[in-house]
Amino acid sequence: MSKSLIVFRHELLVTFRRKSFILVTLAVPLLMLAGYLIYQGVQSWHDPGEAETRKIGYVDLAGGFDDGAGLGAEFAPYPGVPEATQALLAGEVRDYFVIPPDYLQTGLIVRYTMRREVETPPDTVESIREFLITNLIGDQTSAAVLERAKTPIALSSIRLDETGEAAGGQDPFLAFFLPYVFALLLMFSIFFASGYLLQGISEEKESRLIEVLLSSVSARQLLAGKVFGLGAAGLAQMLLWLVSLWVLIDVGLSGIPSLSDASLPAGLVVLAILYYVTGYLLFAVAMAVVGSIGTTARESQSWSSIVSMPAVVPLFFLNLIIEDPGHPIAVALTFIPPTAPITAVMRLSAEGVPAWQLALSLALLAGAIGGSVWAGAKVFRASLLMYGKRPGPGEIARFIREA
Amino acid sequence: MNAVSTAVEVSNVTKRYGDVAAATGISFEVARGEVFGLIGPNGAGKTTVIRMLMEIIKPDSGQIRILGQSLRETTKNHTGYLPEERGLYKKMTVGDALSYLASLKGCSGPAVQQRAAALLERTGMHPHRQKKVEELSKGMAQLIQFIATILHDPDVVMLDEPFYGLDPVNTRLIKDMVGELRRAGKAVILSTHMMNEVEELCDRILMVNRGRPVLYGNLAEIKDRYRTNSVFISVDGDPGRIEGVTGTKDHGAYLELALDDRTSPQAVLAGLIGRHITVNRFEVALPPLSEIFIRVARGQPDE
Repeated sequence: MSKSLIVFRHELLVTFRRKSFILVTLAVPLLMLAGYLIYQGVQSWHDPGEAETRKIGYVDLAGGFDDGAGLGAEFAPYPGVPEATQALLAGEVRDYFVIPPDYLQTGLIVRYTMRREVETPPDTVESIREFLITNLIGDQTSAAVLERAKTPIALSSIRLDETGEAAGGQDPFLAFFLPYVFALLLMFSIFFASGYLLQGISEEKESRLIEVLLSSVSARQLLAGKVFGLGAAGLAQMLLWLVSLWVLIDVGLSGIPSLSDASLPAGLVVLAILYYVTGYLLFAVAMAVVGSIGTTARESQSWSSIVSMPAVVPLFFLNLIIEDPGHPIAVALTFIPPTAPITAVMRLSAEGVPAWQLALSLALLAGAIGGSVWAGAKVFRASLLMYGKRPGPGEIARFIREA
Repeated sequence: MNAVSTAVEVSNVTKRYGDVAAATGISFEVARGEVFGLIGPNGAGKTTVIRMLMEIIKPDSGQIRILGQSLRETTKNHTGYLPEERGLYKKMTVGDALSYLASLKGCSGPAVQQRAAALLERTGMHPHRQKKVEELSKGMAQLIQFIATILHDPDVVMLDEPFYGLDPVNTRLIKDMVGELRRAGKAVILSTHMMNEVEELCDRILMVNRGRPVLYGNLAEIKDRYRTNSVFISVDGDPGRIEGVTGTKDHGAYLELALDDRTSPQAVLAGLIGRHITVNRFEVALPPLSEIFIRVARGQPDE
């Protein structure tokens, strides 16, 4: 077995055994599940269920509002406000409303309830609306027209591109949920894996273990084994999250009306993994260099936040990228290697990205990875053996020239 | 020293860090079955030389050959290195840490496990093999690191300050094991500030100062070269005035007599016996290595 493979295997197993890795890996799917359950809980809280009465009382002071049959809710008439109030207090109705004598002129309806509400529940508004429409025009028109009057619009918006073809991207799931979740998963996974790399290297340097390792393997073998070992652990983590997301979408989101038709496109998953690998490699090498430069693990950690900052930049433009994935800023961020992975994945999940942009983006990323590995390996090798003194920019430039 | 017995050959090696010359014109050889002392004051360039031998850093010029071959990736499998700054994976068990470090030297499987068990037994560390490294005392961790250095049975062993921080019992243990390595035909390079350890263990030495070689050769010959014309004596009573003695230094248990150029140690001994003085100790004084070290480090001329 080559020495890089031995380091790879060691790093992979050590990472899999880390409590923090296990915790984070399992926590994300659990949080997704918790989010779904909370949503369901909120929904059922809004929905009183079978046990609670769904009957709505009303007092008709305008006259002629007496047809409540065949509607979604059950309507109970009361001769006056005192009787209706008595029924509400007795729990016979969940609320009641009064149709004043001048209703046709004002449209004003007064509703009484014992529940504390931020706003009137939409289903109640819908039920009262249905009752009023039925009574206003029910006997003047056909059943079909009446039904359409109750629900006059089922809007479907189609966005056209420059050629007049449907461009897609109006699906609420694909438009917002997927880009957002993908970007977060990608960012977390990249940061966790490269963070472990940084921590491992800075600890090995601080404990002087690095000298023993370098007496057995070359700096390049060590760097390769660590980067790929932790990358594999991060990829496994990312795949688990994607599978969890897929299961959640397939099973859980069918209960959410706006997301019931959602699916996870296979092409998107493949490109997301490709961007994960390239994004991780770029940040991993940068983190490895930071770990080798810092004199202590703590110092390296603080420097790493500067290195990882560019990855977060696309999130500042989240709305812009989701609403207008072809915006020049979104396109530009796709071509800048540190911001490319998250921007590209957000754009990809919001709408299709031209193939040439993907190809150029990935080519620039590959070039940046090659350059950072070339320079990073030199700085890594030279900085690892500097104890108690952090190399300055001039020294780092010299390492790259000389090493 | 013939080519077959030579384990380490260093020829005119130079290394610079920017404007600083860390090593200049370093040349030496170490034979199989030899303990070689690499000594020098702090910052003299010893660690730089060792790191170049281990191919951790590359020399700017010159040549290094280990076991007759230029340094290459596989060379590292035949060398063992105990660095001055020690460190092991704190969260790993002793057994796992040893297995991993041996695998990086190209050794794995039952043979390594058996050798690890034997070395742990030899050092009294076997009961601690399942403990995490962070649970060990500093001295115990140092023993584990020494085991890791020789676990893969290297032909060349480099020990940088191996006795630092060890108690006398463990110091003796490591010395004995260094002796065993010598008898097994291994080449051992010992870098230390402890001159008494060098005198006890080493056959030959190289002293570097400010990155340059200043003393190289057989230890006995170097001491002879640096000896002053003086003797150590211990006698019953007062020896009185002795012809040719220019100065006396009382070391408590014995006297050190400095002789003039015309007086030999034999003449002093003959004079004492001629005066019927009981002589309990008589020794031609050779300077301790520590004194030579200080004289050379301070730039005193060679005699």
